[in-house]
Amino acid sequence: MNIQVDLQESDGVLKGQVGGEIDAHTAPVLREKLEPYQNIESLNAELDLSEVNYMDSTGLGVFVAFYKSVNSQGGHLKLSGLSARLKRLFDITGLGDIMDIESAGKGGS
Amino acid sequence: MRPFDYVEMRVPAKSQYVGVARLTISGLASRIGFTYDDIEDLKIASSEAVTNAVQHAYSDQEDGEVVIGCALYGDKIEIMVADHGQSFNFEETKAKVGPYHDQAEGEFLREGGLGLYLIETLMDEVKVHHQEGVTVFMTKYVGGEQVEEDVETISS
Repeated sequence: MNIQVDLQESDGVLKGQVGGEIDAHTAPVLREKLEPYQNIESLNAELDLSEVNYMDSTGLGVFVAFYKSVNSQGGHLKLSGLSARLKRLFDITGLGDIMDIESAGKGGS
Repeated sequence: MRPFDYVEMRVPAKSQYVGVARLTISGLASRIGFTYDDIEDLKIASSEAVTNAVQHAYSDQEDGEVVIGCALYGDKIEIMVADHGQSFNFEETKAKVGPYHDQAEGEFLREGGLGLYLIETLMDEVKVHHQEGVTVFMTKYVGGEQVEEDVETISS
């Protein structure tokens, strides 16, 4: 099982790509990589999830936690490139209404 | 002769085996003709159940094991996940698991959180049994028995 997390931050803008499988085993890796950025004031973060081919509630948990801390610092988190499967996961949990998510193929970057 | 094929896995209660269980169940499900989307649902539901079991078994003892039993019928798959490392008599345990009660399983729900919610949403039937640990018993039908299939269809 593998996960790839690439994050680049400069001047309060965080760009990231996440790929692979996010489950109970790999979610802690993602959480750890995001941690250094969660307390940056007014962070503008966009994570591209187009290469994520599996995710369950453990992944949702990491994104929700990151979303909450970014929000509490007056920042914004956007998740982009969601596959239909991922979009559905956010929708059936109700998180799609709360968080800023964008499906793959819709709009450009 | 019983009307189903039975496959049982016993894995260490470690998170790295959640993916192994998921992939195995995915393989079994594709054998009985589930669609791609149904298999993806099964992968999530079984991962959630195994993840819960791994976490439960962990807190109890260091060398915990999780047992995953799969019964393959012509038109459905039944998956049982137990956080106590004992093989089960599938039919016997199946008879013992009760319907899922929000109140009684409050504690489990809180711990399981989103995971249990996803299991209930993605599977057709879910039962939870609390005795010598927690056993989750879930069923999915080929072709889907759900009536709640109106998950926004995209009409051009």
